[in-house]
Amino acid sequence: MGSGRFLLALLLTAPGLVGPGAAETLGDAAKGADIFGKECKQCHMVGPDAKNRIGPSLNGIYGRRAGSMDGFKYSKSMARMGADGLDWTIERLDAYIENPKALVSGTRMNYRGLTDPTQRHDLMAFLRDYSDSPQNIPEAQPTAIRTVPDLAPEILALEGDPEYGEYLSAECTTCHQKDGSADGIPSITNWPEEDFVAALHAYKVKLRPHPVMQMMAGRLSNEEIAALAAYYATIED
Amino acid sequence: MTLNRRLFLGSLTATLAAPMVMAQSAKPRVVVVGGGAGGATVARYLAKDSKGEMDVVLIEPARTYYTCFFSNLYLGGFRTFESLGHTYGKLAADYGINVVHDYAVGVDRDAKTVTLASGSSLGYDKLVLSPGIDFVEGSVPGWSVESQNAMPHAYKGGSQTQLLMAQLAAMPAGGTFAMVAPPNPYRCPPGPYERISMVASHLKANNPTAKILLLDPKDKFSKQGLFEEGWNKHYSGMITRIGPDMGGNAIEVRPDTMEVVVDGEAEKVDMCNVIPGQRAGNIASLAGVTEGNWAPVHPDSMLSKLDENVYVLGDSTDQGDMPKSGFSANSQAKVAANHIRGALTGSKVFPAKYSNTCWSLIAADDGVKVGASYEPTPEKIASVESFISQTGEDAALRKATYEESIGWYTGITTDMFG
Ligand SMILES: Cc1cc2nc3c(=O)[nH]c(=O)nc-3n(C[C@H](O)[C@H](O)[C@H](O)COP(=O)(O)OP(=O)(O)OC[C@H]3O[C@@H](n4cnc5c(N)ncnc54)[C@H](O)[C@@H]3O)c2cc1C
Repeated sequence: MGSGRFLLALLLTAPGLVGPGAAETLGDAAKGADIFGKECKQCHMVGPDAKNRIGPSLNGIYGRRAGSMDGFKYSKSMARMGADGLDWTIERLDAYIENPKALVSGTRMNYRGLTDPTQRHDLMAFLRDYSDSPQNIPEAQPTAIRTVPDLAPEILALEGDPEYGEYLSAECTTCHQKDGSADGIPSITNWPEEDFVAALHAYKVKLRPHPVMQMMAGRLSNEEIAALAAYYATIED
Repeated sequence: MTLNRRLFLGSLTATLAAPMVMAQSAKPRVVVVGGGAGGATVARYLAKDSKGEMDVVLIEPARTYYTCFFSNLYLGGFRTFESLGHTYGKLAADYGINVVHDYAVGVDRDAKTVTLASGSSLGYDKLVLSPGIDFVEGSVPGWSVESQNAMPHAYKGGSQTQLLMAQLAAMPAGGTFAMVAPPNPYRCPPGPYERISMVASHLKANNPTAKILLLDPKDKFSKQGLFEEGWNKHYSGMITRIGPDMGGNAIEVRPDTMEVVVDGEAEKVDMCNVIPGQRAGNIASLAGVTEGNWAPVHPDSMLSKLDENVYVLGDSTDQGDMPKSGFSANSQAKVAANHIRGALTGSKVFPAKYSNTCWSLIAADDGVKVGASYEPTPEKIASVESFISQTGEDAALRKATYEESIGWYTGITTDMFG
């Protein structure tokens, strides 16, 4: 694989990370190797002979632009995230492994996610060994890593008011088509409510990169997000 | 009493039909003047959400609304003219809106009636005015609406857009296209500069030695860094901008001889696009809801500050921080619709939220955007958070931004016309 794509400078400025000096390790790479074998290997390769398989090779994943691996055919959603500027920082990788759909919906990655933070950090430590200059990738305190939009169970349990959601949806329909067609702008109808909620929270905390969506989600309260999810889950058209 | 009697009586003598006051049914009636970004949206939301509990009448002279948005893309060769046109059939058939193709010539706010050019008169419980813009007389010395065929503004959709395109296509090889840009505030802040980009794109393909002269009364303009970066990159050497320091704020035009006078010096050009200073659509002034050039509105509802039964939307308003754009007008319309339904049927009124995003195309697949979210404060609609595309962005992002704008166009026109 080409190594021209590494954007290590970006990593050094990744938000929410502790700078060099606060050297707590990311995780246990040896344990990470086992986790990789159990959770990832069916689809992904990593290491000297890694090739793209069902999923892209994960060599040099840190700092890579999403959807940018030469010769791999990405889903539209992943390609769009890449175009929007999603780079695989530690934070985003962590969020993605925890709950892939919350960060990028509608990809080919059919994986439910790894909820245990320790396991995730072990896995990430393992992946880091296959990056260009692993020693330059900043160490992060596991506690400094933001979990996917802190989706407390209370937030997921909120019952949205679909009538309010319908009113709020007027802000969405200026761009997102109610009939679900997706031409330049993704469809947002008939999503599972939890995915919808997770996606909006991911924009709200700016894990997902799109500036319009960060702004729109940024001012929605938890109740408002629940209301929108409730409305859009039931929409028929 | 704000009815313009002379105009009203004048139109009566011109028609044999007796003036008729349409019978008021038991249902409350909302009359919307202007079927553009603000008017079509508010009519559709009122009809859709009130489910027959009110009569919605939409007054709009044109049978086909040609959007100003994306009209620059037509000049640049990225859109057909037909693709800019939208009709009112669905609003009438699917939403039960009474679409009246006529022109409002007066409003009597005491009697709560609107007079139409045909001579009929319509009673209302709530009136919504979304008439777009008209031009400030004398804003560009030498130019008046009578000279709009020689020097088009193309700042209202439809035939003016076509005229500008025809002149552009007929420009002699190596000729000069001049634009007189407007002073603030005006509709679509990046609009003139997107137009410069799209004219340049057209000329680069069809008339590569032609020149563009941009005469601008403003020190700086929307997305300036992005546009200037793009002009250097795609149209190097083609565009000259004369700002106020060089006399761009004291322009005179001579439509008969096709000259522009800059700083006392007459210069011959081959075509000239004059975008004059702007004010609220004339019917807002006739209705007496303007102060100065614009109609002041309450930030939380778009209700006129001068009449509690009249709402004003879109470009005509003085509301605070929102730019005059189709996106803004559409956003304001939804807040107004919610408020009107609350007032007439007692439905729940939710807090106002507004937003805007304006995309501009600089060259093929080179799209940029600027946007913000807004909230009402007691004084004005105030900007809460904003963003803008960055210079130096990569080609993939610019292309995605352009593709997104196409999605937006489909989204907003569907939101307006069903
Ligand atoms: C070149 C250009 C590019 C633009 N690009 C964008 C863009 O990319 N994005 C964006 O968001 N905005 C854009 N805009 C701005 C956008 O077009 C306007 O801000 C928007 O149309 C305003 O909506 P409105 O309802 O106030 O007025 P309009 O949409 O102009 O609607 C007014 C309607 O009222 C009717 N009318 C007027 N007087 C009367 C009367 N007395 N009786 C009955 N009917 C009447 C008119 O016929 C017209 O149909 C652009 C504008 C221009 C000129």
